[in-house]
Parts: sequence; C-alpha cells; structure tokens
Amino acid sequence: MNTQKTYHFQFTLLVVILLICFFTNISLGSVSIPLNSIFGSLFGTIDNSTWQLIITDFRLPKAITAILVGSGLGISGLLMQTLFRNPLAGPFVLGISSGASLGVALVILGSGLFGGLFTTALISKWSIVVAASLGSFLVLLAVLAVSSKVRDTMAILIIGLMFGSITAAVVSVLSYFSSAEQLQQYIFWGFGSLSNLSWSDLIIFFGIYLTGLILSVASIKGLNSLLLGDNYAMSLGVSLKQNRLIIILATSLIAGTITAFAGPIAFIGLAIPHLTRQLFKTSNHKILIPAVFLFGAIVMLICDSIAQIPGSDYTLPINAITALVGAPVVIWLLVRQRKMMF
Amino acid sequence: MIEKKINIILQTEQLSIGYKTKKAETVVASNINFELHKGQLIGLVGANGIGKSTLLRTLIKVQPELSGSIKLNGIALESTSNLDLAKQLSIVLTEPLTSKNLSVYELVALGRHPYTNWIGNLAQVDTDIINNALELININDLKDKRCYELSDGQLQKVMIARALAQDTDIIVLDEPTTHLDMYHKAYILKLLQKLTKDTHKTILFSSHEIDLAIQLCDTMIVMRKDDVVCDQPCNLISEGVFESLFPKDLISFDDTTGSFRIKK
Repeated sequence: MNTQKTYHFQFTLLVVILLICFFTNISLGSVSIPLNSIFGSLFGTIDNSTWQLIITDFRLPKAITAILVGSGLGISGLLMQTLFRNPLAGPFVLGISSGASLGVALVILGSGLFGGLFTTALISKWSIVVAASLGSFLVLLAVLAVSSKVRDTMAILIIGLMFGSITAAVVSVLSYFSSAEQLQQYIFWGFGSLSNLSWSDLIIFFGIYLTGLILSVASIKGLNSLLLGDNYAMSLGVSLKQNRLIIILATSLIAGTITAFAGPIAFIGLAIPHLTRQLFKTSNHKILIPAVFLFGAIVMLICDSIAQIPGSDYTLPINAITALVGAPVVIWLLVRQRKMMF
Repeated sequence: MIEKKINIILQTEQLSIGYKTKKAETVVASNINFELHKGQLIGLVGANGIGKSTLLRTLIKVQPELSGSIKLNGIALESTSNLDLAKQLSIVLTEPLTSKNLSVYELVALGRHPYTNWIGNLAQVDTDIINNALELININDLKDKRCYELSDGQLQKVMIARALAQDTDIIVLDEPTTHLDMYHKAYILKLLQKLTKDTHKTILFSSHEIDLAIQLCDTMIVMRKDDVVCDQPCNLISEGVFESLFPKDLISFDDTTGSFRIKK
C-alpha cells in the first residue's frame, strides 16, 4: 500500500539544499573569506578576528534571519490560502503589513507633522520595530474583533484589504507633508532588510516566531478539515470559530514580527506555498507545513545571496529580489489556471 | 415496544424549521414528526423550495430548529457536542469541495478526523476502516487519483466512502443523485440500499428521483405544502400522498407503476 506517501526523498533533498544554501549564503559577501575559515569561525577555531567578527556578528544572524523570514512568510501564506480558500491570499491579506506600514509611516513621516514630538535623532531601529509591531497588532485586533462577529471568511478578507486602502491613503497624505529625507528613510524601510538584526533582536524575534509556529502545527488537523469546506469541517467536529482564531493568531504573530524586524517582504508568502504544492503534489498540511518551512528558508537564502551581489560592495533591496522571483510565479500560476489548486 | 424504541436512531417531535433573524421568524415547515429506524434507507422527497434542504440542515445541526425537538440516539441534538455528533452522524452535501487537489485516499481518510490524535495520525484501526470503506464502495482503483480527475459519479462515490469512514450510525445525503446520468442515479441509490443491508447504518437522503426512491427505500418522508408524512412507500401510494405532491396540470402519479407520467 503506497497510499500514505512518506516523501522521505523530497524532505532529504530539501534539507541538503537548505544546508548548501546556508553555507553559500554565509560565505558570500563584500569581503571574501575562504570556506575553511568560515567553518573555523563557526566553531570558534580561527585566528583572524575580523573574519570571525564578520561571520558571527553579521553574516550568521543575517542567514538565520533569512531562514526565519522565508519559512515564516511561507507558512503564514499557506495558512491564509487555506483559511480564505483563495489561492492568491498571502500573509498580508489581513492588513498586517498595512498596519505595520502605517505605524512606521507615522513615526518617520509624522515627525514633520507632529514637530518636536519625534525628532529625527529618536527614529532609531527600535522605534521603527515598535511602531511596526504596534501598527500590525492594532490592525490585527480590529480584524479579530470583526471576525468574531462576521461568519463569512470572504468578508474578513475584504475587510483586510480595506484596511490596506485606508493605510495607503494615510501614508500618501503623510508623504505629501514630509521632507525628502524622511521619505527616503520610509522608502528604505519598505525595501526590507535582513541585516538589521543583532543576536539579542534575534532572540526576541525567534521567541514570537516559535509561538506562531507552534500554533500553526497545532492547527494542522483543522486546516486539513477546511479543505472539504466549512460545513464538512463542522460535521467532523471542528469548531470553526476557534480554528479560525488560532490560524489568524498564528499568522499575525509570525507575519507581524517579520514585518516589524525585516520590513514588508512581498511575494514570498504568496509564492512559496504554490511552489511547494507543485513539488510535493499534496494538499495535506502535515506534509505541507514542514515542506513550506524548508522551501521558504531556501528561497529566502537564495534571494539574499543574490541581493548582496557577490563580489561587489552593493546590496540590492531584498524586496526587489523577492518580487523578481515571486511575480513570475504568480503569472505562471494564472496562466496554468486550470490547475491553480490549493 | 421496547425493542422498537431501541431501534430508533433519529426522532423528531413537533419540529418546526426555518430561518430566524433578529426581527422575524420565517417558518419553512412545522409539526414534523418522524422516527427513523436502524438499518433503514430513508428517502426525503418534495417539490422544489418546500424545505428539504432546510430540514436536512436542521437535522445535521448546521441550522438551529425553531421549536420542537430532534433526538439522535435518544439525546437531544442541541445538547450533543460537535465532536460527539461527528461520531454519530456524517454528511454528504451538494456543495463542491474547497480543494479538489486531495487524493481520493486523503479525502476518505479525512473521515477519520473525529477519532485521530491532535496531529491527525492514522492508527492501524483507522487505515483498516478506510480500506474497508474503499472496498465497500468498490473504488480501490481510484485511491491514488486526485479529486479533480474524477467524474461526478466517481466523486459522489468517494464522498460516500468518506462518510462511511467516519463510522457513524446515520449518514445524511443531500441530493446525492444531482448531476448524474440515469444509470449512475440508479447506481448510487442502489449502493446506498446495499450499504444499509451490509453495514446496518441508517441512511437518509433527499432526492427528486421519486420513482427510484419508491422502489428502493424502506421508509419515505414526503414534504407537502401543509404537512410532512413519513411511512413505507406502499402505504404512501395507497394513501395517494404522491398524487398530491405537485400541481396536477402537467403530471399525474400512476399507482400501478409507482411513477409519474406526463399528461397527454
């Protein structure tokens, strides 16, 4: 009986590719460091203290951030696509990134409007992180409040999109009154960045991410039942409301922190679940969640490696690279619409 | 008498069904009384818009009753938890599946959902029940196919297998023969009859195939404008129930053949 496929081969392959991408990502950068010195610095057996510093304080946290961001966005995209029965849903449909953008826009651009309240010196990395978290958290609260009243998941999807429109409008009003310098700072946040995290940031990031991940794993059974439809899920003894709450909470925790720390990173959340379904040919979340985790991490590491433009001093905005990968995937999905399954 | 009581799976008393909003109550049908017995095939028939789907939706607890009571295995439906209900009643609906990307085996395996652990692992007993369901419906050769590759008739069989895998006392099907050709209509209803014999499950289905239902069902529930009648098909025929089912200008019921004929 081969009806319960185990997918050992695919998983082994993904883990091997992930390891290769991880070490490739660490070994690439503006300063070229030989491979054996990289392994040396990882295990603390290297004399060159500059190299050691570059690896442990810069490249390693960045590679780990890439893994967390890629896997997290992929998983929250998967959760949203199943919950909203919409193959084009992503982690940001609930208005999470809109909320974060609004928070950041208020801090960076609003300083012009509110005068002395925020001086430019105050706009540190942390105030942006706090503003982004607060913004996405408030939008999330609004969405959760609505979702406990509205039974229709499609309505929640539209409400999320409306929040996006409102924030976009507020941001354009704020930009109109802002200086070029402030606009530039806001735009740079919008590019997304994986390299802003120190080890202590990473610990906070990882803690929240892990909570979201545990909630996602706990909702695997409920997610699978949703593949049949709401009424069937209910007939299987699933509590729809509770199920939806856990899924929304998991997504918000994961996507919210990612946006707070790394900026609004586009397309990964939308594209990765589809690519994984193509590779694994299943809709079973017990297989998809670990597969999306690995696949998202791999793609993000590759995107980050490309963004650094190996051998040069330039670093491209990560958001541009993910869109370059993501947009063709979306087009490809639409062209193959007949099989746009989820 | 006591023996008979034990055999009752589903019972309604003075049941009134319909829709409730804050302002008003729309009663679709009221004073519904019937008893469904173990191992029987029951057909629910009636004209379009008479409330068959509303009745089924109320019986499967998707929609609350307006008044009266529904008892499943002697316990009021409203006081049965969703999980307990899932172990006693399974459904096959007309609504399309959200994802047709599931394989047949995965879909049937979802029927084991109420019994599996927190992450949905299938134990030996679960796989045995799933394989048994595939065997009973005779769809073993389909198990590795994806749902989007199936014909309507095949998909209906798979959905019935999923309901069987849920291992419940009663299976409720909403119009299981829609979209099917004449042969497959007969095939599916015949299959349901066979299942009641082989597994002693109670199967309740709504249908517009009145002639087929008369031939196959042990009991029929007929919904008319003013009342709901539940009896054996032959009694319903002799009482002239089917005659009064539809307006008489186009079709008439032939008692001897048990079918409707177009008026010439």
